[in-house]
Amino acid sequence: MNELLLGAAGLIVLTVAVGLARILRGPTDVERLMAVQLLGTGGIAALLLIAYATNVPGVEDVALGLALLAPFATIAFINLLDADQGDAEI
Amino acid sequence: MTTLLELFSVAAISVGAFFFFAGTVGLLRFPDSLTRLHALTKADNLGLGLVALGLLPRADNTLSALKLIVIWALVLLSGASTAQLIGRALRRGRK
Repeated sequence: MNELLLGAAGLIVLTVAVGLARILRGPTDVERLMAVQLLGTGGIAALLLIAYATNVPGVEDVALGLALLAPFATIAFINLLDADQGDAEI
Repeated sequence: MTTLLELFSVAAISVGAFFFFAGTVGLLRFPDSLTRLHALTKADNLGLGLVALGLLPRADNTLSALKLIVIWALVLLSGASTAQLIGRALRRGRK
């Protein structure tokens, strides 16, 4: 049973890693950001699956931390784009 | 755990993994930025949501079940807000 969870985690990490090809191809920085966001969500899902497959304490909390911190990269990046046009939130 | 719950768990996790796959394919294959954003949010909300839903019957106690729901809710909230931010930036021609 646990092998199935680990297999699902591996599959998700693999597909998300393939999605990182979008970082190379671009063409815009916003699309590169989307690939990183997908990596963040895939990482959360993989961490949750690993937590339940291995019963190592604390892995769930790592996923919780990642879920909390992942959006800040996007928000900061969009704010940077806005700052170039002179209307960023400080 | 009963067989029925086991079956539900495996099915939900499989469909969740499929949505991650679909999100990746969409991100790579869709023609422009807004459609790629659409693919990304499907993977975010449905993929992780179904994985969390499939893990719920496996939770040992209420705290870890609650933790799963909180993670899902956080990702829903941040996914919705960041998708709006990205969409607005694209619409204003900032990329």
